[in-house]
Parts: sequence; C-alpha cells; structure tokens
Amino acid sequence: MKIGADDAGNTPRWKFSTAQPFDEQRRSFLGALLALGSLCVSALLAVPLIRFALFPLLRLTTELKASPVGSLSEFSSLNEPVERTIQIEQVDGWRKAVSEKAVYITKNGQGQLRVLSSICPHLGCTVPWVSAKQEFICPCHGAVYAPDGSRISGPCLRGMDTLETVEQNGQLLVRFQYFRQLVANKEVIG
Amino acid sequence: MQPADGKKEDAAPEVTTGFRGWLNRRTGLDSVLRSALDEPIPGGARLAYIFGSGLLFIFLSQIITGVFLALYYVPSADHAHTTVAYITKSVTAGSFLRGLHSYGASAMIVVLLLHLSQTYLYGAYKGRRELLWFSGCVLFALVLGMAFTGYLLPWDQKAYFATAVGTNAASEIPLIGESVRSMMRGGTDMGTLTISRFFVAHVFLIPACIFALVASHLFLFRSVGAAGPVTEDPFHPTQKAELFYPRQILMDLSLTALLIIGLGCLAFFVPVQLGPPANPADAQFIPRPEWYYLPIFQWLKYWHGAASVIGVLVIPTILALGVIALPFLDRSVERRPWKRPIATGAYAFVMLALVGLGLRSKYLDNHDPEVAQQLAKQNAEEADYMAKPFEPELSAASLAAANVALADPLAAKGKAIFESHYCTACHGDGGVGTAAGPALIGVGAKFSTDQITELLRHPTAKMKAGGMPTPELSPDEMKALVAYVASLK
Repeated sequence: MKIGADDAGNTPRWKFSTAQPFDEQRRSFLGALLALGSLCVSALLAVPLIRFALFPLLRLTTELKASPVGSLSEFSSLNEPVERTIQIEQVDGWRKAVSEKAVYITKNGQGQLRVLSSICPHLGCTVPWVSAKQEFICPCHGAVYAPDGSRISGPCLRGMDTLETVEQNGQLLVRFQYFRQLVANKEVIG
Repeated sequence: MQPADGKKEDAAPEVTTGFRGWLNRRTGLDSVLRSALDEPIPGGARLAYIFGSGLLFIFLSQIITGVFLALYYVPSADHAHTTVAYITKSVTAGSFLRGLHSYGASAMIVVLLLHLSQTYLYGAYKGRRELLWFSGCVLFALVLGMAFTGYLLPWDQKAYFATAVGTNAASEIPLIGESVRSMMRGGTDMGTLTISRFFVAHVFLIPACIFALVASHLFLFRSVGAAGPVTEDPFHPTQKAELFYPRQILMDLSLTALLIIGLGCLAFFVPVQLGPPANPADAQFIPRPEWYYLPIFQWLKYWHGAASVIGVLVIPTILALGVIALPFLDRSVERRPWKRPIATGAYAFVMLALVGLGLRSKYLDNHDPEVAQQLAKQNAEEADYMAKPFEPELSAASLAAANVALADPLAAKGKAIFESHYCTACHGDGGVGTAAGPALIGVGAKFSTDQITELLRHPTAKMKAGGMPTPELSPDEMKALVAYVASLK
C-alpha cells in the first residue's frame, strides 16, 4: 500500500495516488471493525463514569438515621408526657447538619409508648406540655392536645404528629421527620 | 478536500444515496473523514510516530475525568479536602476516576517526553516545521502548568506544602518575584484564594490555551506534513508516502489501548492516596513534589542568595529560549542523530542531568535519617487517613450552635433557658424564626446587651401585639438568656 509521491519538493501535498479499489473494500471493512471496537471500549469506559455521576441517586442518602431517645426502662412508668431533646443528623452529600429537636414521650390508650414531634401541626410553633392542665397547649394560636397527642380543640386540623420508633437493645430510638402543616392528614416533607 | 489533480477515480466513490448520502451532502463528512485518514506519511507508518495521538487520547481522558470530578469537587479551603475525600472514599468509582485523572497527569508527562524526544532525535523540527515546534514547546509548558495547578486542588498536606514551595520559587525572580508569588497565591500567604486561582487556571485558563494550541499544532502538522524518517529531506519530502489509515492508525490505537489498560490497572489496583487535610501550622512537614518536578526541585536546592537568580531565572530562561529557537539555531538539513553529535549530545546531557537530579533528590532523602524518618511518618499518616471512613463535614449552622455551647458557659446556660421557657415555640430552634415570631439571629449586632435586657423586661407595644410575653427570670437567668440571644449568629 505504499504510495509514491509524484515528485519531490513543493508540489501540493494532495498529489498522490490513492489505494486500489480492492484495497478500498478491505479498508472499509477494517474501518467498520475499528469503529465497532472503539464503540465497545468507549461503552465499557463509560460505565464507571455513569456510576460516578448517578451515585447520589442510587444511594439512599435521604433515609434518616434513628436517634436515641433514652432507655425503655426510663419510660416504663410514665404518668404524663416527658420532653427529651434528640440530636438528628441529616447528611447532605459530603456535609451533614446536626440539629436538636424536642420530642415528647407519652403513652397511647393501650399503654404503648409513642413519641410525638413537638412541632405544632397548625403553624409550626413548639408546643409545651402544661402539666397543671394535663394538656399540650400551643402558645401561638391556642391549639390544645390530649396527653396522647390527639386533637382537642383549636385551629389545628389534626393531632400532634407521631414519630416512627424502633426499640433496640432496651433503647428507644426515633426517626425524626417533618410534616406538612395546616392539613388534616399527616404528610411527610423533607 | 479531494485530491485536486483529477485522480479521483482511483478513490472509493462517494456515497450519494440513502442516509449516508444525505448526511454527506449536508456535511461533507466523507471528505472530512478522507482528509483526516489519508494523511500521507513519507517513508511509511512507524511505531516512532505514535506518541502525538497518545497525547491527544490522554488529554481527552483528562478532560472527561476532570469534568466528572468537578461534579463533587468544591474549590475552597474549607471544602476542597472534604469533597476530594468524599470522591475518594464514598462515591462509587470515585477512587478509580480520581486515579485515572491523577495517573493520567503522570502519563501525560511521560508520553510528552517521548513525543518530544522522538521529534528532537529525528530532527523533525527542521526545515518547514519551525512553527510546529513552537506550538509544541508552548504546549509542553502548558502541560507542566496543568500538573502544577492540579496538584494543589486536593488540599491535603503534601499538596499544600509542595505548592507553598513551588510558589516560593517564583519569589526568587528579581524585582517582580514577590509580586508574581502574591499573584499566584492571591495574597502573601497560601489560602482559600490560592485554591480559587489554581482552580481557575487548571479548569478554565490553561485548558482553553491547550485547546487553541492543540488545534494550531494539528493544523500546522497537516499544513506542512509529516516529517518522515531521519533520512527524509526536511524541506522537500521525496520518499514514498503511506496513508495514515490504516497501518499508522492501528499503531496509534495500540498505544491508546496500552494506555487504557495501564492507567485502568494502576487506578484500580494502586488506588490514588489522599493525605490528611492541609495544616499550615505543621512545621515538621517535609514537602516533596511529584516525580516529574523532582529534578527542578533538586536543582533549586543548589542556588542560594544572590546566585539564585542564575539558577532560578538565567539558566532556565537560556535553556527555554534555546529549545524554542532550536529550528533557527540548527539550520542544517541533516536529520540523522548520529550525524548531529552536538544536538544528540545536548539531549543526552539534559536528560541525564534531569534523571541525575531526580535520583540525587531521592538519594539524599533516603540517606538523611531525620528526613527519611519524617517522610516515612508522613506516608504512614497518609495511609492512616485513607483507612478511616469518610466523615461528612459539619454544616456551618451546626457548628455555630455547637460552638456557642462550648465557648461560653453563660450563653450555654442561656440556651437551656431559651428552650425551657418555650422561646423556641415562636422564635424557632437557635432563634432562626418561625411563622409566629421573628428570627433573633443578629440581634446582638443591632442592640447592646443592656438594650436586649430592657426589651425583655419591658417589651414594646409591637412586641406585645405579636404575643411576646415577659419572661419571669432571676437577674442571673436574665443575664444568661441575654448572653445567648446576643450570641446568635
């Protein structure tokens, strides 16, 4: 396939005879083979790139870790709701936010432990437990809740929000979540 | 770009029908492809010519891996190290991609040296190819610039201290040295502005220049043509030419395949390391540059005081100018290296000097027990750091909250009062504010502690209308609460 230049020196570089027709077919076949090979190699190399780019979507980063509230024995003889501050850790890519949230540990009608968010489902104020009245009373707009968190009166549309709990090795753990305000049904946000 | 001499009938007929025909009519793709593949190589295809396209491939790989790394990287002294640790330790294939990028930089230097050596020893800069040589020299400098600026970006100990030394070297230049160093660092010291500058140079400025110069390098290459073997005339090629496709392309692709396999295996089996975050206060740390900068590093050690101008500026400048002006200094048409004893001798001398300097640096490190011990300690610290799982960075808000509690016991007591008196009900956790009450963050800047105390004891009419009660607190408790509120930032 050596091709002779027409003459030496400054003649235009395009002056050379090209391959024979027979070679042309082999050239095309080889070209197709190379193109296919390159495509396969590129596809293979794209795999780590795609996995790298999709990492945040494929990993469950949104799943909240359960935060410890206290030992179960502490809450076994509960007469009225008690307040505990829990630390919640929210991971956002390469950073995390640690914040403190107040929750109430109380019992429902059947005597089972429930953990309530202290955020008022009306407009998000922190609801204090008023021991003298044995009620939760929101200082902002006067929503009133029973010791188990159910709604008694006021502008709120639902009772206080129950949080998901886990019991592990005698410890009570809770998954803190935020819920939409001003709606009758509990809806998780964020 | 068909051959202009009417020999078109020998070439394969251009496709004029179907999809390819349409694409061809619209884009002229066939003739573009043809002119790309039918580059004539005087004297035929050779393995010696494969390095240029190898460099193109590595450059492409660096761009792709670099763009992907930028998905997670943040160029700031606060976050750079965390984000690189995140890439290396957490993100799927992150260590692999970072390895490809990091080893790719070394491969770039190696292949660049091979490309340069081939061009030099084959006398391929001679004759009609002066401008090609110029653009190559500039590209060489730009690649070294990429390696220098990229090295700092992980912001670990070795990156920080190596760059501190590297930028210090610039200050040896007489008169403007200090200004050059400050310009590079974005101040007199290394800091977050240094990262910004190096990042911009590494990601925008130098790559833009490289794109432009690669384009002109290729354009010039195609304009003046391939140099051919050492027996070829540097002005008027006479030897039988072979087209670039297929044999030369196959040889080039075999280097590419070798590079893919080599870099892939390195990145996979020898994961690239990341040391502990940069600690500018560490006075013990002994910085050592990446292998390709070791000769220069060792060279700079020999020049001190007034003489340093010669070592840092005069000799390198003469060398660089000599290399750039080579096509004009060396006007003979002789290309065979064994017939060019001065050129070949100079090459051997410079290469041996570089290798010698690099080895000398390694030798000195190994034979100074103190240095060897410290370097071993640094390697151990790096391995320790790599073995730890990734620890996410605490966000600024969490840190502020934590700091208040730690720094000032009075404010910490105030925080407890703030929470137990249900101030958080309306003012939110940490005084961030809610729908029912205003944020308290920054009140410390607006009011004195006395003014805040007065407002708490005697709320204004507006505050009362908003539902603000008067807290019943002892003077001590009030003091603590005010300290906390004033500290909210």
